[in-house]
Amino acid sequence: MRPDLTQLCVYVAGLMLLCPLLGIYLSRVLDPKAGPTPRLERWLYRCCGIDEQREQHWSEYLQSLLTLNVGGVLLLMSMLMLQGWLPLNPANTPGMSWHLALNTAVSFVTNTNWQSYAGESSVSALCQMLGLTLQNFLSPATGIAVLLAMIRGFTRVNTDRIGNYWVDMTRSVIWVLLPISCFTALLLVWQGVPQTFDARIVATTLEGSQQTIPLGAIASQEAIKMIGTNGGGYFNANSAHPYENPTPLSNMIEMLSILLLPGALVMMFGRMLDQPRQARALFVAMLIPLLLGVAICTWAEQQGNPFLIAAGADPAGGNMEGKEVRFGISGSSLFAVITTAASCGAVNAMHDSFTALGGLVPMVMIQLGEVIFGGVGSGLYVMLIFAVLTVFIAGLMVGRTPEYLGKKIEAREIKLVVFAALLPMPLGTLIVGATAIAFEAGRVGILNPGPHGLSELLYAYTSATGNNGSAFAGLSANTPFHNVLLTIAITIGRYLPIAAVLAIAGSLANKKRLPVSAGTFPTDRGLFVALLIGVILIVGALTYFPVLALGPVAEQLSATAGRQF
Amino acid sequence: MTMPGLIRSTTCYLGLMTVLTGLVYPLAVTAVAQSAFPRQANGSPVVLDGAVIGSELIGQSFTGPGYFHPRPSAAGADGYDAMASGGSNLGVTSQSANQTITTRLQAVRIPSTRVPIDLVTASGSGLDPHLSPEAALYQAGRVAAARQLRRERVEQLVRDHVEGPTAGLLGAPRVNVLRLNLALDAQTAD
Repeated sequence: MRPDLTQLCVYVAGLMLLCPLLGIYLSRVLDPKAGPTPRLERWLYRCCGIDEQREQHWSEYLQSLLTLNVGGVLLLMSMLMLQGWLPLNPANTPGMSWHLALNTAVSFVTNTNWQSYAGESSVSALCQMLGLTLQNFLSPATGIAVLLAMIRGFTRVNTDRIGNYWVDMTRSVIWVLLPISCFTALLLVWQGVPQTFDARIVATTLEGSQQTIPLGAIASQEAIKMIGTNGGGYFNANSAHPYENPTPLSNMIEMLSILLLPGALVMMFGRMLDQPRQARALFVAMLIPLLLGVAICTWAEQQGNPFLIAAGADPAGGNMEGKEVRFGISGSSLFAVITTAASCGAVNAMHDSFTALGGLVPMVMIQLGEVIFGGVGSGLYVMLIFAVLTVFIAGLMVGRTPEYLGKKIEAREIKLVVFAALLPMPLGTLIVGATAIAFEAGRVGILNPGPHGLSELLYAYTSATGNNGSAFAGLSANTPFHNVLLTIAITIGRYLPIAAVLAIAGSLANKKRLPVSAGTFPTDRGLFVALLIGVILIVGALTYFPVLALGPVAEQLSATAGRQF
Repeated sequence: MTMPGLIRSTTCYLGLMTVLTGLVYPLAVTAVAQSAFPRQANGSPVVLDGAVIGSELIGQSFTGPGYFHPRPSAAGADGYDAMASGGSNLGVTSQSANQTITTRLQAVRIPSTRVPIDLVTASGSGLDPHLSPEAALYQAGRVAAARQLRRERVEQLVRDHVEGPTAGLLGAPRVNVLRLNLALDAQTAD
């Protein structure tokens, strides 16, 4: 069998096996049937003055979420700006500028992990460990919390309470993210990822020159980086760096870690709802576009660079610029699609050096709204919004009031759907992105000439708004201009959907449940899956086709016609 | 909850979670990792005659004709600078990038053959420790001539160092350049 197909089969089989199992576990620890609160949890609530029995109205839930997020930004921002004076700074890294610190703090708190800096030279060991790791845990936990609130909107009737934010957060960190990360970190160390408090290896190479190799507590950060779909690398090269991702097996472990929680949360949703078929339908609707993306991206990268082939390169090798030999074309393309389908943003190859078509696929994966599995929690809550939109459109076609999972979808919910799923991505990507292109300050950092330069900028604003964090890294984004505009895009992409989703959850929880009747549109069948995928693709295509035509599409046509820039 | 109460809870929560995820978690993983996998946890260093000559996982520069050369590197000004990992980030339609690569290609090309692409393109990390078996074999003639060894012997050495796909399923066949060059030195010393 072809190596790319073998690897894909191993991957999909691994996902199909692990997600349902973890889904069972998740539903037990995140949605426990009444029982005593575990001691560690109870101690934490006492210390912080949290009443874990008290459930919150959606607006109070949102208020708690925003307070913790703002607090997190302030804490991390001050640590990054002051790191030069703080301990555990072996390389004497100076403090960050205000705009880089703001961008980095907001980026990590929102699960984006866009990095305008290079990790090995710009962040002290203290900030990597205490500052960034904390947000690597809290940001996916926030995603899970909002998802739990959304699910309660469907499972509860006639109440205005959607859970307790602090409890949802704490359970996610302690019983889900921490144990899975510990296990994954050790697997990665076994494969060769360093985990030490030594700062570096100083070596004299075989040819007699000096090589300084930075070390650190890399595996522990690497594990939560993938498990929490964070994506912020310890090193500039991210998961392409041999210390972050040393072997093809570690590559498989990391790829599985990215989609593990987003996939398992879908299965958990089915169990909490007591309707596993509904969850499976959503899982399939996520899997099909993913496989489509993998096929296109892998094919495009295998075609190689036509200009180099004409100059005498072996066409069998594909496009290896920016890729590692141990992963090859297939291990790099698969990773690229997975990391952008989920809002992870870790990279094991430089997307900027992909072929035009190969680089278009990761960009589109983000532009579809980060719902092809998506980020931890956030992927499913936005996917549920798309499901609501789909039944609404189906309802319009037959002239019937739409309902989803027994809840009637009315004008208020549909208005909120606009803010949750239709508005944020275009607003951040196209409006803020166009602002960046309009100014000289936005264009100076572009590395590549021609249409590829537009793709670099477009990718940056797509990635920020989608809270992905991967980059066409040729763009020099560490300027006050880009740092501030990207922060705005990130904020729109994260908090607009969260606020709208919580409002929808509150509104749905207040409704009664409708019995299934002959007129109910079944949302666990193939027809619904096809409609849902159709809605996602059409919304994406209508929004982004014009700008994609000017960037990657124009570049692909130029390459085919033999034109360079 | 009142606003001051909320701020107090938030501050306390951030503090406790920092201890749990920023201290307890990495310390616990380090403790287990250092006792279970000490070599990997410390960066897989390669030691020759008591001196650290590099890491098995991190590529290093080789320029002499008697060594196998690694891939071009965009890490740092001279390449293989482990303090500045990264790729070239240049795209397929960049004329200057294609010219640079074509120049490299013409420098190594053996007439009437096609050059393995990884031999002339920069990796994503700039620290790629591997070459494809084809790219290593492509250099066998030069290495054999510089070392005054039989070409077949050098080619055999390359083939002995090919790591296949993991479990026959994952990843691409590859050769670790540092390991290969160490073996080459050992063989020449015999």
